[in-house]
Amino acid sequence: MVSRAEPSLSGRWWWSIDRLILTALVALMVSGVVLLMAGGPPVAERLGLSTFHFVNRQAAYLAAALVIFLGVSLMSPRHVRRVALFIYVVSLAMVVATLYFGVEVKGAKRWLTMGPLGSVQPSEFLKPAFVVLAAWAFAEGTRRPDLPGTLFAMLLLPVTIVPLVMQPDFGQTMLVSLVWCGLFFVAGLHWFWVIGLGGIGAVGILVAYELVPHVRARIERFMDKGSGDTFQVDTALESFAQGGWLGKGPGEGTVKRILPDAHTDFIFAVTAEEFGIVVCILLVVLFAIIVLRSLFVAQKAEDPFIRLAVTGLALLFGIQAAINMMVNLHMMPAKGMTLPFISYGGSSLLSLAIGTGFLLALTRRRPRAVDFGSYRR
Amino acid sequence: MSHTRENEAAMDEANGATEAAPRRGRLAWLRDVFRMSGEKSEPRVGLVILGFSALFIAITARLVLLATLPNEQVGLRRATATATSSARPDIVDRNGEVLATDIRTVSVFAEPRKILDKDEATELLTAVLPDLDAKELREKLGTKKGFVWVQREITPRQQAEVHRLGIPGVGFVPENKRVYPNGTAAAHILGFANIDNVGIAGMEKYIDSQGLQDLNGAGFATESTDLKPVKLSIDLRVQHLLRDELMKGMERFKAIAAAGAIMDVTTGEVLGLASLPDFDPNNPVDALEKDRINRMSVGVYEMGSTFKALTIAMALDSGKANINSSYSTAGGMMRFGRQVIKEYHGTGRTLTVPEVFLHSSNMGSIKMALAVGVEGHKAFLKKMMQLDRMTTELPESAAPIVPTRWGEINTATIAFGHGLAVAPIQALAAVAALVNGGYLMKPTFLKRSEEDAKKTAIRVIKPETSEAMRFIMRLNGEKGSARKADIPGYFVGGKTGTAEKVINGRYAKNKNFTTFTAIAPSDKPKYLFLAIYDEPKGYAESGGYSTAAWNAGVTTGKLIERAAPILGLTPRFDPPPSPFPLMAKLGAWGSR
Repeated sequence: MVSRAEPSLSGRWWWSIDRLILTALVALMVSGVVLLMAGGPPVAERLGLSTFHFVNRQAAYLAAALVIFLGVSLMSPRHVRRVALFIYVVSLAMVVATLYFGVEVKGAKRWLTMGPLGSVQPSEFLKPAFVVLAAWAFAEGTRRPDLPGTLFAMLLLPVTIVPLVMQPDFGQTMLVSLVWCGLFFVAGLHWFWVIGLGGIGAVGILVAYELVPHVRARIERFMDKGSGDTFQVDTALESFAQGGWLGKGPGEGTVKRILPDAHTDFIFAVTAEEFGIVVCILLVVLFAIIVLRSLFVAQKAEDPFIRLAVTGLALLFGIQAAINMMVNLHMMPAKGMTLPFISYGGSSLLSLAIGTGFLLALTRRRPRAVDFGSYRR
Repeated sequence: MSHTRENEAAMDEANGATEAAPRRGRLAWLRDVFRMSGEKSEPRVGLVILGFSALFIAITARLVLLATLPNEQVGLRRATATATSSARPDIVDRNGEVLATDIRTVSVFAEPRKILDKDEATELLTAVLPDLDAKELREKLGTKKGFVWVQREITPRQQAEVHRLGIPGVGFVPENKRVYPNGTAAAHILGFANIDNVGIAGMEKYIDSQGLQDLNGAGFATESTDLKPVKLSIDLRVQHLLRDELMKGMERFKAIAAAGAIMDVTTGEVLGLASLPDFDPNNPVDALEKDRINRMSVGVYEMGSTFKALTIAMALDSGKANINSSYSTAGGMMRFGRQVIKEYHGTGRTLTVPEVFLHSSNMGSIKMALAVGVEGHKAFLKKMMQLDRMTTELPESAAPIVPTRWGEINTATIAFGHGLAVAPIQALAAVAALVNGGYLMKPTFLKRSEEDAKKTAIRVIKPETSEAMRFIMRLNGEKGSARKADIPGYFVGGKTGTAEKVINGRYAKNKNFTTFTAIAPSDKPKYLFLAIYDEPKGYAESGGYSTAAWNAGVTTGKLIERAAPILGLTPRFDPPPSPFPLMAKLGAWGSR
């Protein structure tokens, strides 16, 4: 079928792609639709939509996402950079546009209505593009000290997060900043700064806790279950308790009916209730495979751009997944973050397709050209 | 040329090397700090890998932990945590008698989505639980909710019957039901808890405000035995007799309402407090009716002549008067602009301070108050906590009604207890301060020691003034209007107060609000008694009088007679040798 002998496009793709990551990603995408069959219907019913509204839409988006995903994974690193630059510029413009034309949902303007296409959340698309660009800038900074790559990378962060903060979307802001910090660290930031900035960050959190009542309330609510409204987290924990090892079985969940955002932020808890904690652990394993495998590939990569971009994309993917799961498990304060490929969301799914497509494209094994990726120590 | 220059440079370098080496090391370090070191990225990705591994392992560990947790009971409890009754601590009186406790009951719930035949389930359930409204139940079961109550707090027999029906989707949750074994006895103090065991009135609400609900939210405190009982200052025996005497009095004097309290003046503890009509906290269906308020703390009244005690204490304490000062009551009336104030028991002669109190002279009180002046009067009443809302543990309280513009006429009327309406418990606290040596403390419903009370007490009058107040109250008990309460052996002192009720903005001549305040024993007061009647009527023995002595005074006498032995007050049938040394020394009227 795909022979190594004839160097067709698909043949080259198949033999150079990282098939472990590919398998894990496809497994995640498929399980996403299956798990949404548990989390989607109760929310759809509550909103008065048809039972499988979310599942159907997600399946449709997934088809589109698969196409994008495969298409993007065919690209060369050079293409990846160009596409990322293009996506970045367009989506940043759209994020800025949300501030003026956005639809206000729950006090934040994050969505743009695109006529018949429905509404999109441009900040989703901004994330992978930002990571690739930041990695590019950092890589240039280390490879060619004569170019202001590092400075450019440092400017990239405020440019990206200021409109996000204005939306406001603190979840995305946090994610983008964390990934950027991770990239800066991997790019070779001196320990002096790592410790110093880390210390400043810790002091900042302390000051925020002391001075900003909203932050204080959030943290205290997390630390002390008795105070304030912990309905979401309590209900999520209840799902895990009711599910047990093997779950109640598909469609048998009851806690999911009262769990808010069962189809997005808390789908992990719904999974536990219906399919059991074993399936949850399998999901964790899938995420771990994708993230760790990508990082190992990044470690071995010789091209600094590849190394940084793959690390950044893996960070983006991994941090988002970890935060979502930890919120579900009450290991950290509530934060609106979706579980990659499992939570419902069209923009999120397409953005993930682009991000993981980049990841696959960059983790492809490629002949080591002497000039390409030459590394001056 | 170039050669030599190089040489020179080399020489320079060699010369400077010794001293520049450390600086260059520092410089190199600085340069290093500001340089991105790309060669470090490989091990650093390794660190990121380690970090992620730890994160994923932690998540897996947490999942395993949640899976191995015993879930069934925890789950049920959590699902119904907001709905079911949480445990409450027992409330006991000062001797440990139970006033309120939890008992375990069972409630029936249904999961409508799991009930297959809703009509059949409705039929079966209503057959076993006849109190249920079939239509309402059918509607509840018809919803798509995950959880509905069928009936709360059923009996074990009913539970067995429902169980035997074997309807899928119908289950039981153990709950706590609040019971008050003494029924109405301390209704207004205890308040009550609703069906979810949330305190919504009285001490029950107070307990919740002290953080009990938080405790439940955290999953602690599921049984009342886990919680430390709340010990009140109430003595159940005293509480019973207080309510009993007020009940009898209300019937005999045909009053529309009655209230009373007994307080320890040394600690501010309330030993008993009753307000009639009351309610049964076990079934508080009528608790919200208008006439069921706690008249001691929510009602505000013009306290009448009882306030004269405050006026006299103020005048004596300010030094504007002493125990031997005298005031003319000639004419029997005073004019303030168009207002005329008359003496009630007019004597027409000049009265000394004790006589003013004994004859309850309005004119004497007015003259004493005016001697202090309007501002001094206001300041004194403020100090005595009569002008602001008094908050005790009971959440129900009322702010006094204070004249908005306070002129001379207001001081004149307030001097004899009209024109300022306060909550009786507020007046009680003030009188306690007048007789206990001058310490004002907020009344409390929680048991406390004298030391603790002293810590929060504020000195408001001099000890000498306090002695004078005890002296004149005792005189009044011996010779004056408080004779009805002078139970032999307890050296009782007291003051009557009769205020005309304000009906539609006018004082009604025939509708009285009567109070009686008594202390025992007067030489060293321990207990303060207060009885109040709203619109008492005259009766045969009283010769038609409905003033305080004939109703509130009689009741207070009975209260002292019955409560004093219980409270351990030893009767002394020989009068104390020198009860009021200072008064004797000053040669006050009536001290010989």
